[in-house]
Amino acid sequence: MSGFDFDLIVEYLPDFWRGAKATIFYSLTSLALAVAIGMFMALCRISHVALLRWLARGYIDAIRGTPALIQIFFVYFGMPAFGVNLSAPTAAVVALGINSGGYLAEIFRAGIMGVDRGQTEAGRSLGMSYGQTMWRITLPQAALLVVPPAAGEFTNLVKGTSLLSTISVAELTRVAQQIVGVTFRPIEAYVAIGVVYYCLNAVIAQGAVWLERSLRRSQGLE
Amino acid sequence: MPEPVIRIKNLRKSFGDNEVLRGINLEIEAGETLVVIGPSGSGKSTLLRCTNYLEVPTSGSVEVDGVPFALPNVSRRVQERHLNKMRAQVGMVFQRFNLFPHKTALANVMEGLLAVRQMGRAEAENRATEMLERVGLSDKLNAYPAQLSGGQQQRVAITRALVMEPKVMLFDEATSALDPELIEEVLMVMRQLANEGMTMIVVTHEMDFARDVAREVMFMDDGVIVEKAPPEEMFSSPKHERTRSFLRKILRSS
Ligand SMILES: Nc1ncnc2c1ncn2[C@@H]1O[C@H](COP(=O)(O)OP(=O)(O)O)[C@@H](O)[C@H]1O
Ligand SMILES: [Mg+2]
Repeated sequence: MSGFDFDLIVEYLPDFWRGAKATIFYSLTSLALAVAIGMFMALCRISHVALLRWLARGYIDAIRGTPALIQIFFVYFGMPAFGVNLSAPTAAVVALGINSGGYLAEIFRAGIMGVDRGQTEAGRSLGMSYGQTMWRITLPQAALLVVPPAAGEFTNLVKGTSLLSTISVAELTRVAQQIVGVTFRPIEAYVAIGVVYYCLNAVIAQGAVWLERSLRRSQGLE
Repeated sequence: MPEPVIRIKNLRKSFGDNEVLRGINLEIEAGETLVVIGPSGSGKSTLLRCTNYLEVPTSGSVEVDGVPFALPNVSRRVQERHLNKMRAQVGMVFQRFNLFPHKTALANVMEGLLAVRQMGRAEAENRATEMLERVGLSDKLNAYPAQLSGGQQQRVAITRALVMEPKVMLFDEATSALDPELIEEVLMVMRQLANEGMTMIVVTHEMDFARDVAREVMFMDDGVIVEKAPPEEMFSSPKHERTRSFLRKILRSS
């Protein structure tokens, strides 16, 4: 029982693969939800309706001021008290989406605020509505500013999926725990999934570089 | 008396405690070019920005062809729609061009036609191309703003406003951000516009332009109209000492 046993990893490869697929699945679905929530909250945050601003502010503060793990427990164990019973996978996506949405909201807001005010004025002076100006003029330019920090948040989200092991969602970390429970060899399993997380995030970082470059190109900046 | 294209009545605008426009009354007739001069901070930009309601006046009214920007007793939604419709009739050209950097020259000019006029793509492209050719940019249709000189960018910006067929064009120091050798190409476009009978309000320090093109020159200081007169009168025998000292300063520096 010493040294690093590669064969063990090979032996459990199908399980790691299953876990990795689940981690990717939860990351992408939560990201989709987070983007929707983040966009909505960012627009509320800069709305001229005070109530919406205030609501978004409260949401963002609550999310960023409390641990993600507590938010996951709240959605999974707490919501039934309000008559909302979610399966573990659904609760997982909802909780991570809500969590990451809070961070993305601030990133999106900063991106929108980062676009020169003259752009909005040019759009409005042509007779475009607030919504048209936002959609056609401001957001495409904000997208460029948002890609790097949003990619960073996506990385946090991927790492955050490991918290789902606590509500017995069979993602990578959970799979590793189960393997350790059988083999009593923690090193191999945890190193293996560490490498997987690392690779996933390397892909995200590279994807962000690629996305930013293709956005820049489509906007005539390169 | 024909209805003026622009009628501004008792216009006041404050930013907090700072009253920037202090009772402006102004009428501009069709085909007239009004040049506005005045020291920095006198409220020239604010006046233009109130004229298309980019800034909402604190009090007073602005009308285009007899229709006021502010409607009494309507919902916010109706007022917003009305503002959008009104703004489409007033073209604005900014000192810093404010072209959309993520769109080509052609797409910049098409934008208003597509989004506001809801014109079909093919027709919008034809219209925009034709208009850009008229300002000598037929070889820059697919260039992005970053690939154009300041003078070219401003000509695109003028075209972007013009393609909407506005009833009046507002120019806020349209040549102030340009290198000296690029100023004339923009002034030429503006001159041509005036000759074609466009109604224009032009904030500028280009006194030759004012002399040649303006029906009247208006001197503003400290949020009020100090005096307004045809250019020859304004430049040869200004009535107020404030006007004289401003003109001395500006004519000496050019
Ligand atoms: N959005 C704003 N908020 C606060 N003050 C403003 C704003 N816009 C203009 N001002 C103030 O109004 C005054 C007039 O400005 P402006 O109309 O730009 O003058 P000009 O164009 O003649 O130089 C200045 O004192 C300026 O600081
Ligand atoms: Mg100004």
